[in-house]
Amino acid sequence: MGAGKTYRVETRTTASTVAGVGAVGLIVVAVALPAFAGRGLIQDLFFILTMLVLAQFWNLLAGYGGLVSVGQQAFVGLGGHAMFGAAILCGWDPVAALVLSGVAALLVAIPTAFFAFRLAGAYFATGTWVVAEVVRLSVAQWKALGGGTGISLPREASGEMLGQAAIEALFGVRSAAARDILAYWLALALCVATIGGIYWLLRTRRGLALAAVRDNAPAARAVGVDAGAMKWVVFLTSAFGTGIAGGLIYLQKGRISPDAAFAVTDWTAYVIFIGGIGGIGTIEGPIIGMLVFFLLQSLLADFGSWYLMALGLIGIAIMLLAPRGLWGLFSDRTGLHVFPIRRRLAGGKLDATKREE
Amino acid sequence: MNWIDTIAQGVLLGGLYALFAAGLSLVFGIMRLVNLAHGDLIVMGAYLILLVVSLTGMNPFLAAMVAMPVMFALGWGLQRVVLNRVLGPDILPPLLVTFGLSIVLQNVLLQGFSADSRRVGAGALETASVDLGVVTLGVMPLLTFASAVGVIVALNWVFYRTSLGRAFRATSDDPVTASLMGIRPQGIFAVATGIALVVVTIAALYLGMRANFDPTIGPARLIYAFEAVIIGGLGSLWGTLAGGMIIGVAQTVGAAINPEWQILAGHVAFLVVLLIRPRGLFPRAFD
Repeated sequence: MGAGKTYRVETRTTASTVAGVGAVGLIVVAVALPAFAGRGLIQDLFFILTMLVLAQFWNLLAGYGGLVSVGQQAFVGLGGHAMFGAAILCGWDPVAALVLSGVAALLVAIPTAFFAFRLAGAYFATGTWVVAEVVRLSVAQWKALGGGTGISLPREASGEMLGQAAIEALFGVRSAAARDILAYWLALALCVATIGGIYWLLRTRRGLALAAVRDNAPAARAVGVDAGAMKWVVFLTSAFGTGIAGGLIYLQKGRISPDAAFAVTDWTAYVIFIGGIGGIGTIEGPIIGMLVFFLLQSLLADFGSWYLMALGLIGIAIMLLAPRGLWGLFSDRTGLHVFPIRRRLAGGKLDATKREE
Repeated sequence: MNWIDTIAQGVLLGGLYALFAAGLSLVFGIMRLVNLAHGDLIVMGAYLILLVVSLTGMNPFLAAMVAMPVMFALGWGLQRVVLNRVLGPDILPPLLVTFGLSIVLQNVLLQGFSADSRRVGAGALETASVDLGVVTLGVMPLLTFASAVGVIVALNWVFYRTSLGRAFRATSDDPVTASLMGIRPQGIFAVATGIALVVVTIAALYLGMRANFDPTIGPARLIYAFEAVIIGGLGSLWGTLAGGMIIGVAQTVGAAINPEWQILAGHVAFLVVLLIRPRGLFPRAFD
């Protein structure tokens, strides 16, 4: 038996290798970008990166975990408020307080999961939405953080964040611009960690179990996959990541109010829209969806309510014509996967090039 | 604080929520459709009634009668052209489509009627009240509650006494077997959504007469409607009324203790019911 006859399980494809090299190049450019890009571009990219993080975590929930949540705004708002609370009440550095954003979201996610996992489908969606409303109304009672009207980050917190002075010196910019650059780098790191982490998770045994549950829950259970445990992993991971993203979004904004931080439209509806347009159940889908969303927003933002009308109509059209989203449509036609997680058997007798005559 | 008065006001408020929820309950019960645009459809109905009233000077109740067939046709068409195509085991496509519809409706109304608050004038009815000795109740809330009961009685009659209702129940239980018996689920769904929008028109009438409305208030009404439907249990219209009343009473009692707790108390009541009974109080059908 020659070495060429051993079978291997592979996920890598030529496309994914090319994409991997491209991604590394892209990250290097993105890290160096603040040196020559204007503040507007940095802010736009910050928006894209943070929304992409939210979309990836929602996709992990809905696309892989089968948990269609309408309550992710709870974790964005909690993350934001936890960061503000730590910075204002305890004098923490806002950057360090981001960890607390994730922890706060996680702590609320645990009882939420106990409650919501008893529900399925539409009940789960409504249940998570109501939980988010309860969290919003409760946080609005927290007078030390401005109650319902909101609060701004004090100057000593927003002007002296970890690394901010170094950025000011490095690029010769003012404090506010330095905060944008700092937030942008953090968002970039979070986004790379999120996509990398989700991709890693999906390629592990747990990821295989997750895909099995997504494709056919009873069959997955029959071969010994603990679907309940997978739901917990997915829900808590998403809450933690969404909480950190929420903290970061409000670190950049510098001002928070419960109505904005817990807005179902901004943090869940648009995210669902991004996922739906791009296609859920893939890592590529939300990326495509985010790009389409951003393009629409920059092209049509001047038209006010017409822009939102167009957004709604496009969402409807995509669901009618391509229910698996733009990436699903593209991937079905071409068979291309940038982040392949499908295991393919290679080598041995299957490998035509290495077959011994 | 007068507890009897607080609870009576809560029960009557529950009538309004049950009206918001009855159409949703019908659609959700028959086709498991989560219609995120339901609240915006109510607001659209209110604008339609307002339009008829201001164009013809008609009484709002008559104007609602004029609006009903228009809304029925709209619901029928919406289901035929759009919603039927996205129904399925996956709840995401209908969620996204109805969310898209919600945004479109809000912004069409914003373009057509501006963001100003409007109201459908109901004359002396707005302030009239009856003194029952223990409590004094507004005529408008009483009328709302009576309408909610009337709507539910009528819908139940359709559901349990007509062949259309039999088709509704059959499709709700098992669309595949129902279609083997000569029922076309697609057509049944279209009629159901049409009827739901007739109920929406009645809800819109009271929404418009009782308080100011503007194009953006739909989603807030939607969440109460959802809560009422789920508390009541899938496919049970009386359950939906009970659900509305539970939220209404929780809200007025919460508000009597601390005005800031009104909305919160309603949501907490919903969560508590769902914690004890994950399928609601009186579920008729299975998911």
